[in-house]
Amino acid sequence: MCLGIPGKVLEVRSDGVAVVEFSDGVTVETDANTIDGIKPGDYVVVHAGIIIAKLSEEDIDEWARDLHEFIGELEDKSGEIFRMLEELEGPKQPS
Amino acid sequence: MGSNGDRIDAIKRLIHKVAEDLDGGLVKIMDFCGTHEHTIVYSGIRSLMPENVELVAGPGCPVCITPAHYVDAAIKLSLEGVRIYTYGDTYLLPGSALPGSGKPRTLADAKVLDGDVVIVYSLLEAIKHHRRHGGESVFLGVGFETTTPSTASAVVNKMLPQGMTIINAHRLTAPIMRYTFEKHKDAPIRGVIAPGHVSTIIGARAWKFVPDEYGIPTVVAGFEADDVMTAILYILLMLKNGKPGLVNQYKRAVSWEGNIRAQKLIAECCEVVDASWRGLGVVPESGLAFRDKYREADAIIQYGLKEVEESEWKYDLPPGCRCAEVTLGLAKPTDCPLFMKTCKPGVPYGPCMVSSEGACSVWARFGGGGLVDEVVKSLQLD
Repeated sequence: MCLGIPGKVLEVRSDGVAVVEFSDGVTVETDANTIDGIKPGDYVVVHAGIIIAKLSEEDIDEWARDLHEFIGELEDKSGEIFRMLEELEGPKQPS
Repeated sequence: MGSNGDRIDAIKRLIHKVAEDLDGGLVKIMDFCGTHEHTIVYSGIRSLMPENVELVAGPGCPVCITPAHYVDAAIKLSLEGVRIYTYGDTYLLPGSALPGSGKPRTLADAKVLDGDVVIVYSLLEAIKHHRRHGGESVFLGVGFETTTPSTASAVVNKMLPQGMTIINAHRLTAPIMRYTFEKHKDAPIRGVIAPGHVSTIIGARAWKFVPDEYGIPTVVAGFEADDVMTAILYILLMLKNGKPGLVNQYKRAVSWEGNIRAQKLIAECCEVVDASWRGLGVVPESGLAFRDKYREADAIIQYGLKEVEESEWKYDLPPGCRCAEVTLGLAKPTDCPLFMKTCKPGVPYGPCMVSSEGACSVWARFGGGGLVDEVVKSLQLD
C-alpha cells in the first residue's frame, strides 16, 4: 500500500494544498502540510494524497558512484569485484 | 552506462561472485515493504539469485495486517447510515464473517446491501466529498508510517469537517520487524531490505537498531529493479566482509533523519499503544491511538466501538488461511492450499490476497518469480 509516485509540484495554495503533476499528465491535489518547504517546480513523492518526500536532484544520478564508494569503504580490494564494477560503470570517457 | 538490462545483468554477476564466497549456508534476505515484493516478483528478481540466496517477503503490507474488528465496525456503521470512506485497497478486505455465512464480509458486500461506502484516493478527497454531502462519515485510516501523516495532518490542522471522524488503525513497522526476527530464530534472517517509503517519514536512522542489536546488514532501498538488486549486493558485501551496517541506497528520497514535520504531526496527534495485527495477536507498542485532546476525531470513541485488548484477542483469519505465516515470511503464498483455488485476486479469501501489494496477490498476478524460471526452462535459456 505504501506506493509512492514521483511528480512535479505545479502550485502550492495558501491552505497547504499542493497540485502535483505525474509523468502521465494526471494532476492531483495533495496535502503538503506534511512536509516543509515545498514550492512549485519541486519534484516530490506522493502517497495517498500527501507529499511524503522531496526528491533530491543531486542524489538521483549518483547510483554508480555510491556503489563504487561503498565497495571502497569496505576495503574489499578484490580485483575481480573491482574489475566487474568497472564493467558495470562502462568505459571511461576521454577527458 | 549501458541499458537498464545491462546494468541488471552486471549487478547479477556481482551478486553471484560475492555470494559464492559466503559461509553459513542459505542467506535469507527479507523485504519489509509490499512494493519491494512487487518489484522482486514483477521483475523476476528471485530467478536471478544464486542458489544460496533466498528472498523472503516480510510484513510489508498494512492492509494484510489490518485486524478484522475494524472492518466489522466499518461494515456495521455503513449499514446504519454512516458513510464510510475507504482506500480502494481495503474495499475487499474481509472482516470476521465467513464466506457463505450470509453476513457481509467486506465493505463491498456492505455496499451491495445498500451500505454507504465510498472509495477514495486520499483523506483529502474524503474531506472534500464530506463537505459536499454532509451527514456523518468515518474514514477507515489504515497504513504504516507512510500513510499516518495524512491522518495526523487532517486532525492536528483541524481539516475534518463537522460529522467526520477517523478509525485510527495505523501500525508501526519497527516493532513488527523485531517481532518477525524472533519468529525466525531457528533460521535467522541475514539481511534486511528496509521499506523505502516508510523511511521517507521515519528516516534511515530508524533502522540503525537492526545492524547494531541484531547484527543484520540493512539497506534502505528504492523501488526500481536495479535499486533492489543493488540493495541485495550491498547486503551480501557486508556479509562477506563481516561488517553489518546500515546503508541508505534510496538517498534521492530518504534522508537520515526523515521527514521531521511529518514526525512532529504524528507525535502531536497520536500516542504509541499495544496493538493487534491480523492473525498474529497483540504486538507491544506497535500501534497508534489518538491523544485524548483529539478524541473528537476518534471514531472508536465517538461510536462506542471497542479496541481489542490482549486478553480479548481472537484469531481473526478464516479457517485454512495461512496469511499469518505468509505475513511473517514463514510460508510462501504457494505453500497455502487455498492459493489460487479458494483464494484469488478477484475473490480474496484471506487478507494477503486483497491489496495489490499483498504477497499472495503479487504472487498470484506475477508468478512469484517461479513463473520466470518456468519460462526460462521452457525456452531452454538456462
